[in-house]
Amino acid sequence: MANWIPLWLHRLSSPPTFYRFAGTLQPWAMTLALLLGAIALYGGLVLAPADYQQGDAYRIIFIHVPSAWMSMFIYAVMGVASFIALVWRIKLAEVVAMESAPIGAAFTFITLVTGSLWGKPMWGTWWTWDARLTSELVLLFLFLGVIGLYRAFEDRRQGARAAAFLAIIGIINVPIVHFSVNWWNTLHQGSTVNVFGQSKMSWDMLWPLLTMTLATKFYYAASLFRRARTDLLALEGGKDWVRQIAQDEDAR
Amino acid sequence: MSRPSLTTACAAMLRRDLTLAWRRRGDIAMPVLYALIVTMLFPFALGPEDTLLQRIAGGVVLVTVLLAMLLALDAMFASDIEDGSLEQLVLAPQPLALMLGMKILAHWLTIALPLIVISPLMAALLHLPAPVIPVLLLALLLATPLLSLLGAVLVALTVGTRRSGMLLALMLLPLCVPAVIFAAGAVAAAQQGLPWLAPISWLGAALVLAVVLAPLACAAALRIALDS
Repeated sequence: MANWIPLWLHRLSSPPTFYRFAGTLQPWAMTLALLLGAIALYGGLVLAPADYQQGDAYRIIFIHVPSAWMSMFIYAVMGVASFIALVWRIKLAEVVAMESAPIGAAFTFITLVTGSLWGKPMWGTWWTWDARLTSELVLLFLFLGVIGLYRAFEDRRQGARAAAFLAIIGIINVPIVHFSVNWWNTLHQGSTVNVFGQSKMSWDMLWPLLTMTLATKFYYAASLFRRARTDLLALEGGKDWVRQIAQDEDAR
Repeated sequence: MSRPSLTTACAAMLRRDLTLAWRRRGDIAMPVLYALIVTMLFPFALGPEDTLLQRIAGGVVLVTVLLAMLLALDAMFASDIEDGSLEQLVLAPQPLALMLGMKILAHWLTIALPLIVISPLMAALLHLPAPVIPVLLLALLLATPLLSLLGAVLVALTVGTRRSGMLLALMLLPLCVPAVIFAAGAVAAAQQGLPWLAPISWLGAALVLAVVLAPLACAAALRIALDS
């Protein structure tokens, strides 16, 4: 029977189990993130050939595109975790949703900054009111709204539930915003990398990009694990397992 | 004790909120004055050239109305929280979403409707051509209820917090982008003599969606924010 998967997931959602699980995986995820990030940067900045049209300026995509993917991926994770938190009231899901928000906001910010650095030589302007740029900016405000609402409550769990609700409203809103600004104004190029079918990009440029995407995923996991562990300790301050950890730390 | 019918309860709710608003008539005038003053500042800041003012008139009126509504949103549930009647409403046997829908309607009638009434004057101050004004009114008639409904959900989420004014602006901004784009798009299209029905239809579609979903979301948000 494949019963162990739901059982294991169920056990994982208990704070002490997750605390230990995340503590074991966190250094591995961080090491992999740094390693893959270094390889991808070397591949992207040194090995990959210059673009025939954009010269060396295109190399910013090795940061820009993975960050943009991560900003959306983290929003999706936050939305799913929020949904789980609201429906089943699992404490760990609240922690995951709320601790994802600052990381997602950071990736969104990096996307906007690198995009504007690239836009200056290519489009001749730091910022333009293009559909994708505007959607990404709106995404940043959604992240900031979730963080702000979470912080505004005295009670952390109540704040997490309210902010989770806002995250779900945001998920419905993102496609509406995207299509409405698309209709409004567009300048950004379409996607070059296709999951299904042929990508319009040569392999020497594609592999560093994909490696960097993996690196950012691992970085997100490592960062999330670390943040969630700290948050769990703070949330469960009075519980026995936290007292045990504190005593063990004391004894050392 | 027999339970009053749903229509009676809705009518009572609406009458109560409108009576409360009428007793404090001065508060109704405030958003209108605010919108007029903001509109007046634009010619001072940008210079009184007709062509420039004409081009920005539609957008300025829309954004000003949006800001005026945002300032008034905070008060939507404030007095009910203070005297505890909101908790009673949550406990009442009538569906909470419907009762909140009535509250949102009352709020729209007291805040947005005066702004819509004054908007031709604001548009005229900025020399918006007269034939465009009906389109502006139509766009406002569809966009303001949308903002009231979306805003109500966010206000419900923040009732348990200490300072919600700035936070509300941060949360409402991403949600109101489509409404602003379509409303301003309709006015701009009408001004250039292009067909303006498509953006108006989009606004209508969004409003229908919001009328159905927002009261339910508002009720859910209120339950989260009050539950401690």
